[in-house]
Amino acid sequence: MEKRGLNKVDLIFEKIDPKEVLTIAFKMSPADIIQQVLDSGLKGRGGAGFPTGLKWKYTAAVKEPEKYVVCNADEGEPGTFKDREILDRVAYKVYGGMAIAARAIGAKKGIVYLRGEYKFLLPQLMMELEKFHKLVKEIGYDFRINFCMGSGAYICGEESALFESVEGGRGEPRNKPPYPTTSGVFGKPTSINNVETLVTSMMIIKHGPESYSQLGTKDSRGSKVFSISGDTPTPGIFELELGMSVQEFVNEFGDGDTKAVQVGGASGFCVPRKRFEQTVIGFEGVPTGGSMKLFNSSRSMYNVLHNYLDFFAEESCGQCTPCRVGCQQLLKGVEKVKKGEVKSTYLNELVKLADTMKVASKCGLGQSVGNAFKTIVENFREEIIY
Amino acid sequence: MYQLGNLVKELSDKHGRARDSLIPILQGIVERHNYLTDEAMVEVAKELDISAAEVYGTASFYTFLDTTVRGKYVIRVCKTITCSMKGKSEIIQTLEDMLKIRVGETTSDRQFSLIETNCIGWCHKAPAILINEMPYTELTPEKVVEIIKGYMQKR
Amino acid sequence: MINLSINNQRVSVQPGTTVLEAARKLNINIPTLCNHPDLCVAGNCRVCVVEQTGARTLIAACAMPAAEGMDIQTNTLKVRNARKHIVELLLSEHRSDCTKCYKNQKCELQRLANEFAFGDTIFLDLVQDRPYTIDRSSPSFIKDDSKCIRCQRCVRTCTELQHISAIAVANKGMHQKISSFHDRPMSHVVCTNCGQCVNRCPTGALVEKTYIDQVWDAIYDPEKHVVVQTAPAVRVALGEDLGYDPGERVTGKMVTALRQLGFDSVLDTDFSADLTIMEEGTELLTRLKKVLVDGDKKTSIPMFTSCSPGWIKFIEHKYPEFLHNLSTCKSPQQMFGALAKTFYAQKKKLDPSKVVSVSVMPCTAKKYEADRPEMRSSGYKDIDFVLTTRELAVMIKQAGIDFRNLEPSHYDSVMGDSTGAAVIFGATGGVMEAALRTAYEIVTGKEVPFTNLNITPVRGMEGVKEATIKIEGCTDDWKFLEGAELKVAIAHGLVNANKIMREVRTGKSPYHFVEIMACPGGCIGGGGQPIPTSMDIRKKRMKAIYSEDEHMVLRKSHENPDVIAIYKEFLGKPNSHLAHELLHTHYVEREGY
Repeated sequence: MEKRGLNKVDLIFEKIDPKEVLTIAFKMSPADIIQQVLDSGLKGRGGAGFPTGLKWKYTAAVKEPEKYVVCNADEGEPGTFKDREILDRVAYKVYGGMAIAARAIGAKKGIVYLRGEYKFLLPQLMMELEKFHKLVKEIGYDFRINFCMGSGAYICGEESALFESVEGGRGEPRNKPPYPTTSGVFGKPTSINNVETLVTSMMIIKHGPESYSQLGTKDSRGSKVFSISGDTPTPGIFELELGMSVQEFVNEFGDGDTKAVQVGGASGFCVPRKRFEQTVIGFEGVPTGGSMKLFNSSRSMYNVLHNYLDFFAEESCGQCTPCRVGCQQLLKGVEKVKKGEVKSTYLNELVKLADTMKVASKCGLGQSVGNAFKTIVENFREEIIY
Repeated sequence: MYQLGNLVKELSDKHGRARDSLIPILQGIVERHNYLTDEAMVEVAKELDISAAEVYGTASFYTFLDTTVRGKYVIRVCKTITCSMKGKSEIIQTLEDMLKIRVGETTSDRQFSLIETNCIGWCHKAPAILINEMPYTELTPEKVVEIIKGYMQKR
Repeated sequence: MINLSINNQRVSVQPGTTVLEAARKLNINIPTLCNHPDLCVAGNCRVCVVEQTGARTLIAACAMPAAEGMDIQTNTLKVRNARKHIVELLLSEHRSDCTKCYKNQKCELQRLANEFAFGDTIFLDLVQDRPYTIDRSSPSFIKDDSKCIRCQRCVRTCTELQHISAIAVANKGMHQKISSFHDRPMSHVVCTNCGQCVNRCPTGALVEKTYIDQVWDAIYDPEKHVVVQTAPAVRVALGEDLGYDPGERVTGKMVTALRQLGFDSVLDTDFSADLTIMEEGTELLTRLKKVLVDGDKKTSIPMFTSCSPGWIKFIEHKYPEFLHNLSTCKSPQQMFGALAKTFYAQKKKLDPSKVVSVSVMPCTAKKYEADRPEMRSSGYKDIDFVLTTRELAVMIKQAGIDFRNLEPSHYDSVMGDSTGAAVIFGATGGVMEAALRTAYEIVTGKEVPFTNLNITPVRGMEGVKEATIKIEGCTDDWKFLEGAELKVAIAHGLVNANKIMREVRTGKSPYHFVEIMACPGGCIGGGGQPIPTSMDIRKKRMKAIYSEDEHMVLRKSHENPDVIAIYKEFLGKPNSHLAHELLHTHYVEREGY
């Protein structure tokens, strides 16, 4: 696998003049905008990693006058807090990215779905929004953004669950197909993008796609904002080029005693020390929305696993059998194994269950529970059993 | 409930009466009254012409749209892994001692509720809590005491 | 056309067809649970997952639209492992007391378990640790949360078919459940007791409240005289629970079986259905005269039928301002009950306090109706016990009766005679047709101008049906109706009742007389009928109803000799003082939300 080493980047928080960039964007044709984003190789920064250019291309192709750009600001993955910082510091770029997306796909309406836990940001975000609307009007583009507040549900970060919530319902993911590009919020073609993706797309229009695509690796172009926490002397957010190895990451951010790194939050992968060197942080290695948690040797990986399973058992929407019941079985199962109330070989049954959840669950939440479960159980089995 | 009926009408005038107005209306009621009573949910059902069971079913999905009694200040302590590693238990202990309630309970004067919640996005400054919508981070038992005293003095 | 391959067999389907439907075209059976022919696609149980070559995950056959060139495998190792796990997971959150459960041998989860999950239990039991509720508050049905597998069929039924949403999905994650408004008892929420949810529940989570033991006790009590009445819709569906195909008429055998069970008198609800037509027909004509001739502002038009207790509770909750539009007639069940302990007891020289009146109904709401406090016109509880069609089948099996080989027999007399007009009450449009056959003849002296008395415009499965009957050649008494165009409507399923009532609320409803049945298809699709149900099954039962009508000698209610006799000997005339006392009722305003 290609490795790039640990390189800090300053793109997301770079100060720019939104009027300048939006004016450029609105002079470009939608097809040109889409091409630039495609050329940059940008993939979704929320964790799912879908090529942004393709998403905009598909949505643009649908013949329907009413379309939406949705900004997914329902950041809820444990260990991720980068979107909060982005909204706090450069909200104007988020709005700008939405306007560019709108131009690309042919939308006049935008929705920012902001998680309830970030409600304290709202007054400031509204002030920025007012400025943005004035600017857009000046430039002559018909595009308005509205806010929609979440109310404490992690699953609403899933795109179709988010749409259900906007429409006034329970945040229960939908059957796919149809995909959001054809039928999204209110049944209309929608491009739903992460906060960071939207900011990045604005920067790509400013700087052009080439410089962005020089960063990172072939499958993971560009840079990403990482949220780093846990046993580290330097917790916080850092913008880094994609394609570094976990070892390089730990060298920079570890406390000298790093036993494991959880890449991608509760729905991500646990990388043990013995695999630091060969694991690349990127879509070809361990993909991530940016959450990086470091655990040193004082931490019990059983506690970590239990914490994640408890999280999923509560936050699952509860709709589909493999996830609703599977999460409970995994949680209760590891508890009983730890207490010695069932044989330790029961863990093997649970690993098989995690595999079933991966292929049979209705949405990404259920499909991802097995990631943490399997990597922690495989690499730290003794800590679960004893 | 004259006040409640008026509030629901006010919120419906502001947000509309279609299905996608439901959650903003419920949020508005929670903001004013801390939680959703049965009467409130029935009022909303009447105003939007949907069944009370539907209103309840939607409200109960969302952690912040409480259908059980909550106090004026709802303290949500993050229990996800980093906050858990960085001293959440001490924070909870401090709060339980100070407020004389357990996690999940509300003080008898209906001022404070204490509950646990999942990741609120402050992992680099753990342990963290929310009091209503305000986050408080990098907490220690001493800091928590100061913060709560501050709320107790608000009248 | 879209071409795809399932298990290496090619099939062509229309766009919009799901993989499940495409497989059925090839007679390939993919197991399902949350899927139901009457309801929209859910895709939540994941039982129907199959493998699509090239896809990252398994796909839900019921929700995935067929696409050109798709290659599906329904029985690979990956699929089988997943299915087994899914069934095991469902079993782990289900309180399995199969040996004691009413749905034993009729439970879809049981069948899946037998197909995919027999052997050692893999996972931990999740039910024992958590508190669960068994709600027995309603007289019509029991909601047992410990058996719920959260397929949401009941919720979708109550929302899509009945437009009530008495139950909804609540909470999330491990606390997710199907709940009434804030978990209140079902008797205290806006629920019509229609039982459509019971018809579609795959397990024993929703079942009717049974009165089988109480009925046996009465039958074996030597002091009690037990009479039974059977609704029209029962005779075309009972067979389904006794090994017959849908749509087979088993009337004669049913009567014999009831005698063999030990009922002292086997009588027919159809008798009182004919009686209802006499009372309601007269009431309608009286109202029309009041409105059209006397200009009476206090009389309300349109008049609604009142024999469906699910519909009655619906209008009491949701449109109480129109209670005056309801016919004051009781339902045939309740008319019968009132007469059983007065007229019948007198005729048979019985002590009414020793008469036990049982009814067999396609309906769960009738259990609620029998319990209504005003249903005591006889001085006693008019109907003591209501059994569903399903419960009767259970009793027949309990008695070891060889149903198929029974000799058919006839109902007893006094309240056992009926006409074809009565039997069609079981289908949507039937009450209307029966009423028209009689009312038209009263007014004009002639039969309705439809071939063979079959008023086809009011028949069929269309949600809302309309018809206009021109009245010509009136007799002197009814001259005021000469040339009038009687506009009628028929609705079935509460979602359609709602459509009619919305229009009535605007004041622009054009109708004079409206028949409303709570259940899709009318009583033949009732909440107490054999399970499973589908449009196809209901159509077959409906066909059988009209077939029964055609085979009867008498086809107009006013020709029923038992009806003629009861007026002569006892009631006097339709809407008489005594008729009002025993056969008419009033209604109650209830909370709307």
